Amino acid sequence: MNERVLRRADAVPPVLGDHEDFLIIAGLGSPCRDVAAVNGAAPNAYPLSGAMGAATPIGLGLALARPDRRVLVLTGEGELLMSVGALATVGVLDPGNLSILCVDNGHYGETGYQKSHTSRGVDLELMARGAGIRRTLTVAGEDTLKAGHDLIRETEHASFVLLRVDASEPAPARFDLNAAANRLRFREALLG
Amino acid sequence: MVSVTTDWPDALYETLKEGGITQFAYVPDAGHKVLIDRSIADPDVVSVSLTTEEEGVGLIAGADLGGARAVLLMQSSGVGNCINMLSLAATGRFPFLTVVSMRGDFGEGNPWQYPMGRATRTTLEAMGVICWDVDEPAQVVPTAKAAITAAYGAGQSVAVLLTQRLIGAKPF
Repeated sequence: MNERVLRRADAVPPVLGDHEDFLIIAGLGSPCRDVAAVNGAAPNAYPLSGAMGAATPIGLGLALARPDRRVLVLTGEGELLMSVGALATVGVLDPGNLSILCVDNGHYGETGYQKSHTSRGVDLELMARGAGIRRTLTVAGEDTLKAGHDLIRETEHASFVLLRVDASEPAPARFDLNAAANRLRFREALLG
Repeated sequence: MVSVTTDWPDALYETLKEGGITQFAYVPDAGHKVLIDRSIADPDVVSVSLTTEEEGVGLIAGADLGGARAVLLMQSSGVGNCINMLSLAATGRFPFLTVVSMRGDFGEGNPWQYPMGRATRTTLEAMGVICWDVDEPAQVVPTAKAAITAAYGAGQSVAVLLTQRLIGAKPF
């Protein structure tokens, strides 16, 4: 179970599926490139290159503001571990239009691939479940990619998918680091 | 007859609602009891109990991305938890509105509250947040209105600091 057989760049696209199903908050680091590789840096995603730990709370605020839209937080395990209490805040409110897809490669890719806690026995799916998130799943092989794809589209409860991948590079993709420009683009696309 | 001296917490809640705030994020605090309780009881708003104040900085940005307005209710000790997260408001030019109940301020009897109480304004200003003190009940509503205008009219980061001259000091 602890083996990491899925290649990151191959595993994220089939789970994410049609990116237009979501408003997306992409967490600091590789998740921004994971998303940009699929959506071509379209304005339905807001990428974070700082404020580590902000992805889940931003997704929650967005999901509460827009109950008519599905919101996906796509982030890494290092970013998520920095604000793991936010999982409890999500669990308590249980917004059915919010899902978290945590791409867990067991390493801090941005800083030189040091091992993260999930390479040392920490299980973030268990923590999400313990935080009260009712629909959770670990995807660690090709046989469960479809189940992950479907669970982040669950509408009755908030959901959490831990996508366990190897420590390879994300697909090459570029996105704008200008957080203010990205905010304006995102709001223009959503709000007109 | 509404008394401005004793009813300012209710007046503050009404002012925030009239300002279009629909998400009230908080870490439980005695100084914000009325605001918290009213937001929980109000079907027109979402009351969000946070595990740590920095979640509230992200929540406000997320609400803004969706076209909604949020406020973070916290104690001065929570300001310290928000420092790096305030990069989000500064870099993304997000509006940011917080109402801070002060501790470690006038009349404080708990020594643990003083370091962060004294650093509250310094810390917020260092991260680009405008700080406005409220010492008197009559200034609560006008200051809150000004803060809402600054945040959601002019896109600024603003903190309303409810001082212990206003809210009193907890007895020790």
